[in-house]
Amino acid sequence: MSAPRGVWVWMEQEGGTLHPVGLELLGKGRSIADTLDEPLVALLMGSDVAKHAESLVERGADDVLVAQDEHLGTYLTDPYVKVLGDMAEARHPNVLLFGSTPNGRDLAGRLAIRLRTGLTANAVRLDVDRATGLVLGGVPGFGGSVVALIKCERARPQMATVRGGIFRPLAPDPSRRGRGRIERVNVSVGPAQLTCRILERSVVATEDISGVERVLVAGLGTGGDLRLVEEVATLLNAAIGVTRPLVDAGVAPREKQVGSTGIALRGKAALVLGVSGASHFTSGLKDVGTVVAVNTDPKAEIFEHADVCIVGDLSEVLAALRDELKARQEVTA
Amino acid sequence: MSLDIAVCVKVVPKPEEVTFNKETKTLDRGKAENVLNPPDKNALEAALQLKAEHGGTVSVVSMGPPFAKGFLELCIGMGADAGLLASDRLFAGADTYPTSLVLARAVQALPRFDVVLCGEESADAATGQVPQGIAGWLDVPQVTCVDEVRVHGRTLVARRVLGHATERVAVPLPALVALGAGANVPRFPDFRRVDEAAAAGRVRVVSAADLKLREEEIGLKGSYTLVGGLVEGEATERKRQLVEGDARAKAKAILAAILGPK
Repeated sequence: MSAPRGVWVWMEQEGGTLHPVGLELLGKGRSIADTLDEPLVALLMGSDVAKHAESLVERGADDVLVAQDEHLGTYLTDPYVKVLGDMAEARHPNVLLFGSTPNGRDLAGRLAIRLRTGLTANAVRLDVDRATGLVLGGVPGFGGSVVALIKCERARPQMATVRGGIFRPLAPDPSRRGRGRIERVNVSVGPAQLTCRILERSVVATEDISGVERVLVAGLGTGGDLRLVEEVATLLNAAIGVTRPLVDAGVAPREKQVGSTGIALRGKAALVLGVSGASHFTSGLKDVGTVVAVNTDPKAEIFEHADVCIVGDLSEVLAALRDELKARQEVTA
Repeated sequence: MSLDIAVCVKVVPKPEEVTFNKETKTLDRGKAENVLNPPDKNALEAALQLKAEHGGTVSVVSMGPPFAKGFLELCIGMGADAGLLASDRLFAGADTYPTSLVLARAVQALPRFDVVLCGEESADAATGQVPQGIAGWLDVPQVTCVDEVRVHGRTLVARRVLGHATERVAVPLPALVALGAGANVPRFPDFRRVDEAAAAGRVRVVSAADLKLREEEIGLKGSYTLVGGLVEGEATERKRQLVEGDARAKAKAILAAILGPK
């Protein structure tokens, strides 16, 4: 067996459109590959994805492996595990990266068992240990107050799922055009991988609030009643995020969850309402420009993580905020 | 046709009660209250609803220290029929790879199974990788990110909620399903039933040897990932300015801060 070599990035796609996290990982993968002096390989899987191959070279890939087949159009565990597992077993990559998306996690978790290797889950940083050449995946423990550096010494590939919004994609470099090696891979999907079927599917427009300029974040202190929060958010042209307990209670969908197991905000300002400030939440505020917190408890941990601290009754402060915003609108009108 | 269902559960410390000691760089779980991992309760509720519709059995399966037995009895109090706890010092230090192996072997130690239900991630480690691992070891189809599950004959139909899309997936039994937190409202346990379960010994405790697992496949030795170090998270310095005054003054201060200078 040849020595494991190559930094591989799985390019997730939906309806032939690439998921941004794949491009982010290609950007980070470029610097890892340079440090290791190994090729950066982009993995395109789908029914209509070959068209993206050249653009991935422009964005940093040395090689692009294209597995194009009608059975790979929409993600399903079995055919994807089969095709990617076959590629990895035949070619022995050193590193294999996925976005920490629902399907990225579904695929990576299953594939790690087939490939008998270690998987670092939901990393927020990736570094190469220069002494050993091992990839260190940084995983926030208890919400970012501590980051555990996870490594995989005795098996290959070194697998990781990585959170979106952490790394930046490289700008396309037209001078790289034509310099990559694009290879069509034979896809062998048979009846054994086709026992599961998608009966129906609807693509929903979702709002990614991670990069929105201003976000109001509601916690348990709101009692789960977001009417006033929504009113103020509309007046401010701000998006709404929530803490995990409100998602668990069904008040808001999962993609609105801020914190270490949800999304990290990186906008200009966050107004945090009725949140106690446990560290697994506050890690999601690290990259926000200005944080304003409102809480009834003057000793709340959240005030350690805020620029402006307001001790007071939430509905009173929100009502005053609404009135002030309405008054300003009337003046402008 | 009746269904035999295994539900994998984990006992976790309440995350908000775990503290990090910055000097020793260790986590202090000592003061934290232990609870059933929240989405695992949703998985159990879904199992109990399937059993009510189709008949059959619900077994709860866990890997953990001996005190986890009480939590499996609590699950029986909610309506499960039996519990199986894999408990052995040799399991300590396991990452997701040997953890999923142990849970798969525990499921296989049940008389039979048609469906395996899991919560999609634990509140403490939060890797969200164990259900897929269990499905891998069992070599059965997996459906993750599920908020609704039905069974028709020998076909399981689950709704996946992916953020950008919702889909309904059909898979043949036996199969594994990972449910998200909040997928349903878990019922309360009947405490008389909990006591009966304890008295009747309805939770079986098994060791690594009972599951025919070798020392090198489990625990720290069977793990492929290692913690290479802990670093403090990069905290952002905040100004922490306290605003005094009435609600109107506070509202103005908020707007000044989040709208920036005009």
